[in-house]
Amino acid sequence: MKLVIIKYNAGNVCSVEFGLQRLGVNAIVTDNIEEIGSADKIIFPGVGAAGFAMDYLRERKLDELIKNCKQPFLGICLGMQLLCGHSEENDTPCIGVFDEHVKKFEGDIKVPQMGWNNIYDLKQPLFNGLNEDEYVYFVHSYYVEKSMHTVATANYSLEYSAAIQKDNFYAVQFHPEKSGIAGEKILKNFIEL
Amino acid sequence: MPLTKRIIPCLDVKDGRTVKGVNFVNIRDAGDAVELASIYAEQGADELVFLDITATNEKRKTLLELVTKVAAAINIPFTVGGGISSVEDVSVLLNAGADKVSINTAAIKRPALITEIARQFGTQCTVLAVDAKFENDNWFVYLNGGRVATTMNAIEWMKQAIDLGAGEILLTSINHDGTRQGFANDLIKEVESFSSVPVIASGGAGNMQHFADVFEAGADAALAASLFHYKEISIPDLKAFLKKQGANVRMVS
Repeated sequence: MKLVIIKYNAGNVCSVEFGLQRLGVNAIVTDNIEEIGSADKIIFPGVGAAGFAMDYLRERKLDELIKNCKQPFLGICLGMQLLCGHSEENDTPCIGVFDEHVKKFEGDIKVPQMGWNNIYDLKQPLFNGLNEDEYVYFVHSYYVEKSMHTVATANYSLEYSAAIQKDNFYAVQFHPEKSGIAGEKILKNFIEL
Repeated sequence: MPLTKRIIPCLDVKDGRTVKGVNFVNIRDAGDAVELASIYAEQGADELVFLDITATNEKRKTLLELVTKVAAAINIPFTVGGGISSVEDVSVLLNAGADKVSINTAAIKRPALITEIARQFGTQCTVLAVDAKFENDNWFVYLNGGRVATTMNAIEWMKQAIDLGAGEILLTSINHDGTRQGFANDLIKEVESFSSVPVIASGGAGNMQHFADVFEAGADAALAASLFHYKEISIPDLKAFLKKQGANVRMVS
């Protein structure tokens, strides 16, 4: 199996790479269009700002490539938000695999949400073998609203999508590579799709 | 649910190895930071902090190698601190695999460093470490691991640092550190009253009730070192105790 991690200048790609290595998978980290196109599975990670990341992707025409991917595709954190239609962060039009909007957390809460929160209403196949209310590690200031695509829910002053799915596109707001055993199960479920 | 209260073991490292006593029977090499980190992660630690207490330039490479080994081995987030004085220092640590960095003395000498780090890498990985000591009815900032006094008011400094972009505060009370008489709960309560970022309480843990007390005071996370290293308290026991007391903690089965 050829698993590709899409490289873009948005932070800590190596932690995802290490997470996969712990599961026995050696991923290729690249922003090369041919490499990504020929992958069996694709992971789209990211920590950083939406506007800056979209500029990088557009310059390399990776936004169009991503949109047309047919392989199992997993967006993580910012990677999930960039798959949506629009983000309030830097008022950024995003890739648009999902129509959902990305909004900023507001109100009397600490932002970014940083730490372990529970996820529930878990749907197959990504959350196969996980218990309801499992804890995973989140670091984010923006969130994706709940919608028909929600396959896991979290609550941080309001309910939002901890994970979404549409056809071959999967996306999680938390960091499975930093979420202990629960996170490893989720990555493994994706690898085994 | 609100976020869980985090339990954070702290590992002091020197030349890439853990210092301060470690007392694990089933560990091959008590100084091996990677092995110790893996044990804590398996036991349910929510995060780890590595403080490099050598932090001289020539030892820096050893630290980077250690960071990469830790990142490869553990599946929970970790922070690295000690001797960080520039954006470049932060960049190499994050690229080596650290999730966050903590800065202390360098930020006091040049507060703009906080903003520079936050702007480039995000507030979420910018941890401000503060060593505070209570004297004459005020909390004062201390430098160099608590050895050098300043006239800076610690409360004002934390407020300023949050405005500048600090995404988390690691707050050690020098008065409490090493006493094992409990955390500085009043200080934590005061900081939590204004802080828009998470606060990690450090210094003074002596028993499990002390963790319950500091979480009750509002701390988002609590850090301890020797208590865990000497196996006086195990993380699973501590979490079970806290859960029984009604605290929201992440249980690991």
